[in-house]
Amino acid sequence: MTGALLAIVSVIFFPGIILRVKSIASGRKGPGILQPWKNIILLFRKSSVFSTTTSFIFRLAPAVYLATICCALLLLPFPGMPSLLGFEVDFILFAYLLALGKFMFILGALDTGSSFEGMGANRKALYSMLTEPAFFILFGTLVLLSGHLSMQEIFSHFQFAGEFSLITGAIAIYLLVQIAMIENSRMPVDDPKTHLELTMVHEVMILDYSGVDLALIQTGTNLKFVLYGGLIANLILPVNGGWFAANVLLFFLVQAGFAAAIGLMESFRARKKLAKNPQFIVTLSSIALIAFIVVLLLTRNLLR
Amino acid sequence: MEQFFIPAAVLCSFLILVLPGKVRFYFTLALTLFIICVTSIPAAIQLLAPFSATDLRPESAFAASLTSTNWIFKGYLGELHFTIDKLSSFFILITNFTVLTGILYSRGYLKAYENTKNPAQFALHYFSYTWLHFSMLAVLTLRDGLPFLIAWELMAVSSFMLILFEAEKRATLKTAVNYLVQMHIGFVLLLFAFLITESGTGQMSFDALPAYFANHSNIGLFLLFFAGFAVKAGFMPFHTWLPDAHPAAPSHVSGVMSGVMIKMGIYGIVRVLFSVQSDLFLIGWIILVVSAISGLMGVMLAITQHDLKKLLAYHSIENIGIIGMGLGLGTMGLALHNPILVLLGFSGGLLHVLNHSLFKSLLFFSSGSVYKIFHTGNLDQLGGVIHKMPRTSILFLFGAFAICGLPPLNGFISEVLIYLGLFNGLSTGSVYQSITLLLALIALTLIGGLAVFCFTKAFGVVFLGSPRKETQDGVAEVSSGMLFPQYLIAGMILLIGLLPMIFLNPLINLISVEFHLSPLPVLISLTGIFTKISLISLFLIILVSLLMIIRYLLLKSRKVEYGPTWGCGSLNTNSRQQYTGTSFADNFIEIAQPVLQSKEEYRSIREDEIFPSKRSFNMHPSDIVHSALNKATDFTMLVLKKLARLQTGNIRHYVLYAFIFILVIFVLLYLKLI
Repeated sequence: MTGALLAIVSVIFFPGIILRVKSIASGRKGPGILQPWKNIILLFRKSSVFSTTTSFIFRLAPAVYLATICCALLLLPFPGMPSLLGFEVDFILFAYLLALGKFMFILGALDTGSSFEGMGANRKALYSMLTEPAFFILFGTLVLLSGHLSMQEIFSHFQFAGEFSLITGAIAIYLLVQIAMIENSRMPVDDPKTHLELTMVHEVMILDYSGVDLALIQTGTNLKFVLYGGLIANLILPVNGGWFAANVLLFFLVQAGFAAAIGLMESFRARKKLAKNPQFIVTLSSIALIAFIVVLLLTRNLLR
Repeated sequence: MEQFFIPAAVLCSFLILVLPGKVRFYFTLALTLFIICVTSIPAAIQLLAPFSATDLRPESAFAASLTSTNWIFKGYLGELHFTIDKLSSFFILITNFTVLTGILYSRGYLKAYENTKNPAQFALHYFSYTWLHFSMLAVLTLRDGLPFLIAWELMAVSSFMLILFEAEKRATLKTAVNYLVQMHIGFVLLLFAFLITESGTGQMSFDALPAYFANHSNIGLFLLFFAGFAVKAGFMPFHTWLPDAHPAAPSHVSGVMSGVMIKMGIYGIVRVLFSVQSDLFLIGWIILVVSAISGLMGVMLAITQHDLKKLLAYHSIENIGIIGMGLGLGTMGLALHNPILVLLGFSGGLLHVLNHSLFKSLLFFSSGSVYKIFHTGNLDQLGGVIHKMPRTSILFLFGAFAICGLPPLNGFISEVLIYLGLFNGLSTGSVYQSITLLLALIALTLIGGLAVFCFTKAFGVVFLGSPRKETQDGVAEVSSGMLFPQYLIAGMILLIGLLPMIFLNPLINLISVEFHLSPLPVLISLTGIFTKISLISLFLIILVSLLMIIRYLLLKSRKVEYGPTWGCGSLNTNSRQQYTGTSFADNFIEIAQPVLQSKEEYRSIREDEIFPSKRSFNMHPSDIVHSALNKATDFTMLVLKKLARLQTGNIRHYVLYAFIFILVIFVLLYLKLI
């Protein structure tokens, strides 16, 4: 619960930091930190335009998308605090909740009957299908290293695995950042700033959304960032030996750092060709696989 | 009591053949209901009987009466022993439920055929349906080899008759014959397996298996049984009948066949697994690998399909794979003496049997409704069905969520059990075991992701968007008689999703009794896990409703506008420009082409073609096992055709053959070769 609340607090400044870093990197002054939220609040105040082709699926999809992300947030542990809703293999529920949100989101896009949105939906489905193994192998590695099955315990025991935790932690953070980027359709696979519908993924899927529904989707997307940021924070934050306030501060710092990293990555990195994306995503699974096998060999042969 | 009722019911089934049309359906329904009552009550008592493994002494008569209900029928040909134990009970209850929903659905579904089919065909259809039900129950309760095999054969023949309902279609006829042939290959394998059991122990029965396995090598006989049952279950190299037979049959039959009939293969495998005593690790490993391949290939091939029912049929192979992964995991647990792995693996696999029977029959029924109204199952010709058939669409979506294993529905529960087993096994045991389990884990996640891909395609293309082909007006939702059984199934799906422990308790009990394990630690930890999952699921449902209410309140006072879908600048969009099933699958097929071997058929635009002419694009899904089998049969046919030249029809040639034959014999005799 603590993790969820803190993540929700950090979502206030998260998208603003990304925007600000991007504008500074490109030599502009840029909008204020709260501008993205002002835009979303503006959308909440607006009325909607619906396509006549759409059905109730289109109207239901944003609510389900946001609700699944909120539920996944509930599972986010916080170091040093007992987790109320955590249980063994809660990361499976975590991943499948997000999958449910994506499922509805994809259907929402297909509901418009637009070929462009079909393309985006199709890409989204393919990329998220290819990303899932990376996430699960990563957690397999962490389970192996920590010997525990719930996120709370994985993260709290993981840091005591000696020098392995450092290298595994680095790989895990790299993978989580990349997975977050793909899940949110950001830079290496998709560019939120692109203007051509043919090459979009996320942006083309929300073409027909307006007003409240669009606001729900954007809220969800921002929450998804802090969700992954929260996982990364769990890998970094010290488990004990520190007071709660310091941990909270550190949590916000990690989130801000994550946002800044996204901003920098988006400023200095070109997006990949669409045809190269699957290859890139599968690479993440292979990295996770290598990490798993290294950890497996190390824990079985060197430690015992 | 059963001494009278069951033979009476069997005799009554023949009345279906002679009764007039109006009474026939109600009579069949009544008979089915009667059989369901007679068998479900002892099954439910067996399954729910509250006793734990610790106070069970298997040798005492009292314990025997607790572990099974026995019915013995004496006849002119000998005795028939029907035994209902916990495992049978579980499958009996699943079978009864699906058969019941199937028959309720069939009434509305078959109405469309009343003008084209004669009453005799209907009579035969319902007769075969009842006998499919009888034979499945018999398969589940008979332990002796010979009666079991006869019931197995009856099941194949009655389902063969059911597939043949639209026998005037050539493809259906071919499919049905193919089905019958393949079922007999499985039958022969099982016959051999039983004969080997008899030669080893002197008894041809499932009950003799423990004795056989105690004194002989386990792996050989198990593999023979496994192959025989795998043909029915549809494990990967043996699956080729399945994707053709399910679409060819009427939808309620597809639902029953895919929902429960193929599970008889799983039942057989589990029954044999309960007796296996050594080589357990290897056996578990083989089941796990075959299942993972079935699961992956099944869902990958499903993505390439153009026909809705064929797509669902390939998903049956996928789900059989998931079930098998659970069983394989449990068997590995037996080998490693890891009770947690045993309980999680077997209960995950068996719960998935129940889950799959529910959501797959729901999917077949709802896609049958689409077929009934639109007269096509082709993904690329449908579209926008949700506007005409909103209820059917919701039901299909419900099934799609469940089959993709998404929370809060039932598919998620069984997948969590298997995941839990996999992750549990990951951190204990040898390096090789960990790597095997990791590969299984990757397979399971990929299966989940691919299923999401496939069902976003299927639901998006068929139900959403706008119609790709003009339909006649007045197309409306199917009758509530057809919807009712689907609501029933959907209710069960939600119930398992939200309150899984009701169903898991007896299952865990069943497995722990069978393997003499203590169920309590696993039960306690599972209760904790599923309580939290249920809480979060409930929270999800509440949150979605809350957001929808907020959305409604915000939009209520505002002026909402409607217009065409944004065409990205083009004002002249039409429904044929929509993404089709083929285009949705295209980028996946590109990646997976080495395994899928789909064939594309198109002409590219030549350089000098300034004004391109009309052209077409075709994508033909292909199944590598299917094409390999086809190649083998084609080769055999070729050889046989060449040999047929000998058959000239000229009597003098035949005399010559006889003469050559005698000569050869003479020469061989002279040389003392024979």
